[in-house]
Amino acid sequence: MKINQNDFFSKHDPKILPIIRKATIGIAGAGGLGSNVAVSLARVGIGKLIIADFDMIETSNLNRQQYFMNQIGKPKVIALLENLKQINPFSEYQIHHIKLDEKNISLIYKDVDIMVEAFDKAEMKKMLIETWLSEFPEKPIIAASGLAGYGMNEKIHTKKFDNLYICGDEETESQKDISPMAPRVGIVANMQANLVLEMLLM
Amino acid sequence: MKTIKVNNNPIEWQENLTINKILKIMKYSFKMLVIKVDGELIKKNEYGTKIVSENADVKIIHLISGG
Repeated sequence: MKINQNDFFSKHDPKILPIIRKATIGIAGAGGLGSNVAVSLARVGIGKLIIADFDMIETSNLNRQQYFMNQIGKPKVIALLENLKQINPFSEYQIHHIKLDEKNISLIYKDVDIMVEAFDKAEMKKMLIETWLSEFPEKPIIAASGLAGYGMNEKIHTKKFDNLYICGDEETESQKDISPMAPRVGIVANMQANLVLEMLLM
Repeated sequence: MKTIKVNNNPIEWQENLTINKILKIMKYSFKMLVIKVDGELIKKNEYGTKIVSENADVKIIHLISGG
């Protein structure tokens, strides 16, 4: 079957599509948050996604991450690229199989319009946010904090601190040996993706 | 009373008020924090030295693992 790009975008709002197609969004991490953010932004048709992660897919990741059984053992960014191309082959995806640090963040993500923090560990979240606020104070960063557990929909919110946005409940920590669960991770990831759109279209 | 705001809550300002003193006053024991004073990022090595002035707007953001 011949796939037509115009068919893919036929349900997209023609007034906002040109803005979305021009946007470049950075995603730091391709786990529970990052893979879900990437899938939503690919479906929306964001022009270019830049995604970095150092990790490989483990069987236990499938409880919340957008991967499949036949991808276990692959680098997450490689598998995510495969899946994003299956969803929307009309956008550009730049992937980096690398551990992000204070030095490489500004090189990899210098051209993004908005940055999405999608790490698991709090110390990595802090490192990225502080590096971003120092290096690119004029560019928004959307982070996630507090998304473990289940239920408590009413506790999940978005807070704005100048160019730093936090999505989550800001209180529920993932416990040792218990990883976050698909519904709440998916909600927070999609709040981040939703905020990306809102900011692009403001 | 001279005050500052910490996450929108007014607290009493005092001479030589540092971030470490504010964390003690607020009884914040969390480790992974991002702190901004009047929109400016304050790094951890400045928590004991940066003097917070009267009427400052302090934001203390607690980062939690999970993702």
